[in-house]
Amino acid sequence: MNAPLRRVGVVVMVLFSLLFLNLNWIQAYKADEYRTSDYNGRVQVAEYESKRGNIEAGGTPVATSKETAGRLKYLRTYPAGPKYAHVLGYKPVNLGDTGIERAENDFLAGTSDTLFADRFRDMLRVTGEPSGGGNVLLSISKQAQDTAYKQLADNRAGATRGAAIAIDPRTGAVQALVSMPSFDPNPLADHDTGKASAAYNKLEGDPDGPLRNRALGETLPPGSTFKIVVAAAALENGVGKQTMIPAGSSYTPPTSGTPIRNAVPSICPEDEVTLNNAVTESCNTGFAKLGVELGADKIKEKARQFGFEQEDLTVGQLDEAGLPVAASRTGDIQNPDGSANLAGLAQSSIGQFDVRMTPLQGALIAAAVANNGTQMRPYLVQQLLGPDRTTNYYTADPKQLRQPVSSQVANDLRDMMVNVVTEGTGKNARINGYTVGGKTGTAQAGENTKDHGWFIGFALDKDGKPVSAVCVLLESVGDGGSAEAARIAGQIMRAAIQDPGGR
Amino acid sequence: MTAQATPAVSPGTTGEQPGVRLARSRRNAELSLLALAMVMVAAYGATIEANVLDEVTGDFWVPAAALSVVFLGLHVVIRYLAPFADPALLPAVALLNGIGVGYLRRLDLDDAPAAERADLATFAGTGGRQLAWTLAAVVLAAGLLALMRDHRSVSRYAYTLGLAGIVLVMIPAVLPNRFSEINGAKLWIRVGSFSIQPGEFAKLALLVFFAYYLVRKREVLSLASRRFLGIDFPRGRDLGPVVVVWLISLMVLVFEKDLGTSLLYFGMFVVTLYIATERVSWLLIGLVLFFGGAYLAYLLGSTVGGPFANFYLRAEIWLDPFADPLNDGYQLVQGLLALGTGGLFGAGPGGGSPSVLPEVQNDFIFAGIGEEIGLFGLSALLVVYLLIVQRGLRAALTVRDSFGKLLAGGLAFTLGLQVFVIVGGISGLIPLTGQTTPFLSAGGSSLMANWLLVATLLRISDAGRRPAVSGSGSANRPGGGPPEQLHGAPTEVIRP
Repeated sequence: MNAPLRRVGVVVMVLFSLLFLNLNWIQAYKADEYRTSDYNGRVQVAEYESKRGNIEAGGTPVATSKETAGRLKYLRTYPAGPKYAHVLGYKPVNLGDTGIERAENDFLAGTSDTLFADRFRDMLRVTGEPSGGGNVLLSISKQAQDTAYKQLADNRAGATRGAAIAIDPRTGAVQALVSMPSFDPNPLADHDTGKASAAYNKLEGDPDGPLRNRALGETLPPGSTFKIVVAAAALENGVGKQTMIPAGSSYTPPTSGTPIRNAVPSICPEDEVTLNNAVTESCNTGFAKLGVELGADKIKEKARQFGFEQEDLTVGQLDEAGLPVAASRTGDIQNPDGSANLAGLAQSSIGQFDVRMTPLQGALIAAAVANNGTQMRPYLVQQLLGPDRTTNYYTADPKQLRQPVSSQVANDLRDMMVNVVTEGTGKNARINGYTVGGKTGTAQAGENTKDHGWFIGFALDKDGKPVSAVCVLLESVGDGGSAEAARIAGQIMRAAIQDPGGR
Repeated sequence: MTAQATPAVSPGTTGEQPGVRLARSRRNAELSLLALAMVMVAAYGATIEANVLDEVTGDFWVPAAALSVVFLGLHVVIRYLAPFADPALLPAVALLNGIGVGYLRRLDLDDAPAAERADLATFAGTGGRQLAWTLAAVVLAAGLLALMRDHRSVSRYAYTLGLAGIVLVMIPAVLPNRFSEINGAKLWIRVGSFSIQPGEFAKLALLVFFAYYLVRKREVLSLASRRFLGIDFPRGRDLGPVVVVWLISLMVLVFEKDLGTSLLYFGMFVVTLYIATERVSWLLIGLVLFFGGAYLAYLLGSTVGGPFANFYLRAEIWLDPFADPLNDGYQLVQGLLALGTGGLFGAGPGGGSPSVLPEVQNDFIFAGIGEEIGLFGLSALLVVYLLIVQRGLRAALTVRDSFGKLLAGGLAFTLGLQVFVIVGGISGLIPLTGQTTPFLSAGGSSLMANWLLVATLLRISDAGRRPAVSGSGSANRPGGGPPEQLHGAPTEVIRP
């Protein structure tokens, strides 16, 4: 019986070897995957074990962590509710995080490499709580953000969807960023993951898409605001402010039977108008003819120089990832066989056809015009402070993004845009004591949808220094949308002048 | 733990011709190994307190000291009643038992409100209860050593034990649910707050019966056979009783949905048959039957359902635990995540999060401990188990009588198989079946049954390592007189 007993001994050895190999597979090879698995409650418990840092705007915490008695020690709360939702994003227990919460997660959580010294100090301290994560100070102006949120929500045109974004043209600091409708991030950060999921599903199912960040992530036809790009191309191709360009009450492009008309018959019925007047009154026929004359390449190239087609822009820190920005597009403007689509080109020149723009891109155009043709890279993170608030880990150092136009062309564009506000379609944006320029836009979105109302603009102080550039979009708002957008833009810029933000 | 002295018998020599070296009892080695095990248990307790309470209170040694006293008592009993027993068995089992008590106490610390943690009484909570059960189990084991001076004496009661085994297995199935069901498994006898799992003891009883019956019949089993498909099958009437006993228990277990125990009994049966007959064909037949049966049960589970639905579900979870990680697969997934989080070195004793693991005190204790001691710690635990099993098999090799060989071999293999089934189950190697982890899991029945198993192995190893008696009659044997004949059995035929 000894021979089989020895073999049984071998069988047991084999069985235990299998156990050993399998444990190696799990605890060595798959360890990292399991450790960081979404289903691993330990990850969350560890994550909520120390205090996540604040996100602040204008010295006020807008995302902060509150101690609780539960299993997860800290609850993430958003005291301002829906007002900052699209800037901050949210940090849920079991869903994906978004916004600044996501972009600055490592720093806020205290796991960032830059905070190594702080963690080391915590380790040396024998007693006491770990100091937690670092604090993110936003560039947002509290007053401008308040105004933008309130004015969009209470807009007089009855729009339910829209966006507003304001930036400091000289630095690129984002002063206000609102997407409408907004949402309250607090229920999403609930420790009861069932409640959080329910809240998320409700928002996700809302036809107005409150979770979408319209200011950065959505592109729509820009309408007449795009005429600034076409005007810039014209100014660089021998056309002056006062140069007469062909206009008229109706224009039928060479290859198409569909005539382009002006918004109302009183706009540039004469055969020729100055470029200045065409901008001021938003003359469709004039710009359609101008675009066809310039050709698609020049317009596409100018739009690209203003920032169209950029796919990798983010808004957060200046040298790191932030909130992703959708690329604005001019479209192909050509026939399937590659030849120039003149009808499409005429439509594109007035911001229709395949042209699509984000509100941020609109603000960047206005900002470049106001800032002598230099476009600064937009950013949201002004400063990173250590957990103890004494060490400064980062201060935004404004960075030029590109130079779409020369300062001469920018001057001309600026003058024309100022005319739009003083005597043209953008009168609603006026601010006492400041020079305001802008361009309205009414974009046809389709057969059965109401037009979108746009306004892009800027404000200059008494010395001619730009203080704010803004873009307001009211979606599917119909008639008068762009005038209301101009009014809201004026309000936001006025708030930004009083409280420039950036702290 | 493996720093054990030279083996009593070198692998080349058979137990039938023991060498002179066997005369060393090595009880002092057992004592020092036991002391080492208890030091490790105390250190484990101290590390747990340091991690959970952020300080080491004076209480960390309480379980270690209580266990030391209990095991020291057993050591003294062994000195007198089984002086030549294998010296590695007690320390190895004591270490596992101590780690189990320590870990269960750590769960109590986790559950207790912060203010009450410091004054956790010695016998309070799951850990305290386990400590009390250990005390009872060790007393029971000592009692068995005292009662059973010669392991062959139990063969007298083989049929009684076989019958008792079946009855024990069947009791929970027959009892109304309120007396037998805990967490959906119908395996218990419950009276008030007190419950025992009779199946744990049935395992031992049935094995005694298997060993006795197969030894009696081994000549006919291996000689009087019919050849079919190139394999020698014994005559049905020779194998009948064993097959009947096994089938009854298997059926009962299938309908009690206790798949792990069915598998355990099946393996137990096949291996004792193989050791008795020395025919590899039995292993092959057993494996074919097992895998065929499992596959059939899987197919039936997916189509017919009924009693097989549970098996089908478990197989599905095993194939892809992450298919439904929050419901069906939750337990296994959490076990895997616990093990993975532990990684190579573990979170440190007391540093894990056992509260997210369902049934961490029972089925998943190995995953819970694994989160804290990591791959290296778990490997060490597996080595300790392996040591116990191989020492049991060594006892079988050295003991002179066939009944002892078969009993010790069967017991040792069953213990190893049980560890394989539960550890393989929680680590996703094989489908998960509810089993206790020997000596670690909370529960008195399992602890007592396994300590009885250890006592039996100690007794058999004592018989095997005892110096050979020259001539007839020796004062060395308890009770004196010539070696007893195995009740009703022919003397073993030494095969060429």
